[in-house]
Amino acid sequence: MGGRFQPMKFKILIVEDSKASRELIAATVESISGLEAIATSSGFEALKLLPRHRFDLIITDINMPDINGLELINFVKKNPNYRDTPLFIVTTEGREKDRDRGLALGAAEYLVKPFSPQSLVGLVRRYLKLA
Amino acid sequence: MNQAGKALAEFVAEGTEILEALGKDLLVLDQQRGTDPEPDLINGIFRAAHSLKGLSALFGQERISKLAHQAEDLLDRLRLGKLSLDDQVLDSLIETLDVLQALLAEASREVSSDALSGRVTELGTRLANLGMTSAAVDEDPLDRLELDAQVRAVFTEYEEHRLRENVRRGVALFRVRAAFDLSDFDTGLAELNSRLKPLGEVVSTLPSSEPGGASGIAFDLIFGAKVPESELAAKLQGTPAQLFALRVRPAAGGAPAPAAHAPVAQSVAQGSRQSAPPSVETPAAPKKPRKKRAPKGGGAETPDAVTESPVQAPLLRAVEQASPEELTQGVLEAMRMGESTSPPRAELAGPPVRTLTDEPVSPRGPRMENESARSLTQTVRVDISRLDALMNTVGELLLIKANLQRMVEASRQQEGSVMLSSKMWGQELSRETRQLERKLDALQQGLLEARMVPVGQVFDRLARLVRRIARDAGKEIDFVIGGGDVELDKLIVEELSDPLMHIIRNAIDHGAESPEARLAAGKSRRARVSLRAEQKGNHVVIEVSDDGAGIDELGVRDMALRKNLITEAQAREMSRRELLNLIFLPGFSTARSVSELSGRGVGLDVVKNNIGNLSGIIDVWSERGQGTAFHLTLPVTLAIIRALVVGVSGRTYAVPLNSVLEILSVKPSEIRTVERREVLDVRGTTLPLMRLARQFGHPERQNDRHFVVVAGLAQERLGIAVDELQGQQDIVVKSLGGRLQGVRGISGAADLANRRTVLVLDVGALLEEGMSLERRRA
Repeated sequence: MGGRFQPMKFKILIVEDSKASRELIAATVESISGLEAIATSSGFEALKLLPRHRFDLIITDINMPDINGLELINFVKKNPNYRDTPLFIVTTEGREKDRDRGLALGAAEYLVKPFSPQSLVGLVRRYLKLA
Repeated sequence: MNQAGKALAEFVAEGTEILEALGKDLLVLDQQRGTDPEPDLINGIFRAAHSLKGLSALFGQERISKLAHQAEDLLDRLRLGKLSLDDQVLDSLIETLDVLQALLAEASREVSSDALSGRVTELGTRLANLGMTSAAVDEDPLDRLELDAQVRAVFTEYEEHRLRENVRRGVALFRVRAAFDLSDFDTGLAELNSRLKPLGEVVSTLPSSEPGGASGIAFDLIFGAKVPESELAAKLQGTPAQLFALRVRPAAGGAPAPAAHAPVAQSVAQGSRQSAPPSVETPAAPKKPRKKRAPKGGGAETPDAVTESPVQAPLLRAVEQASPEELTQGVLEAMRMGESTSPPRAELAGPPVRTLTDEPVSPRGPRMENESARSLTQTVRVDISRLDALMNTVGELLLIKANLQRMVEASRQQEGSVMLSSKMWGQELSRETRQLERKLDALQQGLLEARMVPVGQVFDRLARLVRRIARDAGKEIDFVIGGGDVELDKLIVEELSDPLMHIIRNAIDHGAESPEARLAAGKSRRARVSLRAEQKGNHVVIEVSDDGAGIDELGVRDMALRKNLITEAQAREMSRRELLNLIFLPGFSTARSVSELSGRGVGLDVVKNNIGNLSGIIDVWSERGQGTAFHLTLPVTLAIIRALVVGVSGRTYAVPLNSVLEILSVKPSEIRTVERREVLDVRGTTLPLMRLARQFGHPERQNDRHFVVVAGLAQERLGIAVDELQGQQDIVVKSLGGRLQGVRGISGAADLANRRTVLVLDVGALLEEGMSLERRRA
């Protein structure tokens, strides 16, 4: 990894407090070649990671223990450094109100658990403009 | 493991973890019954249900996700104060946990029984109907709060509800702004939070959208204060926090203007949502907005019934018109169906409690799944520092390997030339060997420690089951747990849960009297059942005791006589303790005996066997009218044990050292025969003696001295006479397969260093043999 002749990898930030879900999303994302997933369980950690990497895409859960996903979306979308990064929401059935708020705040897409890996792969490819 | 199996194992492991946390919180809630519940506690339980819903939906576990969803909805109403936490709600929540556990158990075995599905539907309906009375709110108090619509748009539904709740109660609200360095803002925030928590409620933590410089970040905490502003300000002295009061307009004649905020945000949301969905290629139906679907009948279990929600509840209410008794009956029916597919037997018509108790504990048996406190996951959580220590040891082992390699190289180069000093070689080699030995010891110790888990894990699970058993049996029970932090091998802890469950169930069903009977006997109304663990050297003793009616040993004796388990002559010889221990004999208990005796002895032989398989022993003591106590004495670990290697008639055996108390050297003349039993006098007490050669039918040697290994477990003692002692060694005990499995007195086999295989003595069984010899001597 990081060899001189290797093309730069796309970095994807994944914020999701459920371990199984987080690992599944990360594995799905990394199944696309050229993508590197950086996953965290906490919104706070995400705030710390944001300035340290240049993320090409952010995928976040809404319901998390420290700051909620909506706050993260708002933070990203209001910050000139990150605001152009596409952002997906991962949500569960029955939280339509929260999901709608996320979309209103500027999230690009949402995924309702359980979603198929292919649908996530399709979305990621589209937003990263991969063939 | 294949990919799917791995995913399932992952799901079960995480699901178990969530349910364990959920169970702990519910237990706290249960103990606080009658007081106002902590919002944080309710919210924690809500979050657990929410996580479980998301997790199970992700893995396509629809029944779990559906029930978790319904529980989440109920908890949502609970934490929003739309519903008060009464007994009915709490009991339903605890029942939900039980059903979720049963569902997870089925999921782990990749089955899906109709009985359980029916129960999920029934319970879900009940959850949905709880407190569905006051739903309509005519005016949203939140509209009276002067809060930027942009800030409000960032709240989740819950945060909004909490805020609304605070406004409604007239709590003073503040925006607390604090800026931190990006590198350590979380500690700063945690510090701020810990100051604020005692003073009120932190409704939300919002990272400020204004860039806080290159390395800074600002947060807005929305805070509902229980204390006056001046006190709040004083408490925040010395922190980077600034305080801004949020104004609330008076309720009367509610100003319509601010109400426009939310609808605006809403319509924007609608607009952007329209553009999104077509791109999501979710194959399954759940994406469909549920409100558009025609409601189904109560029993329907279709894949997209996951979306069933309280919205439909009123339509299902007809089902709920049944009386509570009928409902309970329905649940019991469902449980029975879940236990067995065979038609109900005649005796099932009795009190429901009985039907659950007259089954022996069957390890891994499918029947226990509704009841078992056994964990579903084989995972052990290990403190990372323990793993680090192991890594270090491995590193040191590599160092030794390098040293040895160097010596090999050196010796190769010296070949041909004069062997300089073989003595030096020897010294160096033996130094390395000693090092190797030490490190391997450390590695072994470390691995054993990594396998250890606190028994509290299983205690907590049992505590939840106790509630339900007590309720079903109509008993009032205080369940007391102690020593939950005592550690045992994971394997042992898991194998313990069923036997413990069985004993506790007996204590509740048959030991504890009804509240009326207790009051009549001059006891407190509530019976007490306690479960305690204590470490005693290499063993852990677990005690299950109750303050109930106790066991009538004469009844036990009569029963044993009637069943021809003992003879009249034997019965006359037996001590009270021996009589009590007859309840463990196979064949002692049947469902019929339950009602005739004071009720003990239901499948206890199986319990005893299970404990025996763990190289443990079980003992009972009881005082009539005062209570009963079972003691389980267990080794701390099964994996690797230190053994004493002994020789008898030219054969070699290993004796687990943890049960060896001392070793005596005895002259034949010191052995006395009392009533045809050989005994030794050791420091004034009489020790029964067993000649191992005789026991196993080997030709006996004539020795001028015997070595007597004094073995003991709990309070039993036995001297085992052997010919020679060969030393101590760590062994890994392997079970004897096939037809050798049932050989009494042997617990397994082990490899000794020089590729010799020896049999390992089962000290527990030998002790019993000793006892029964004593019993037979008349």
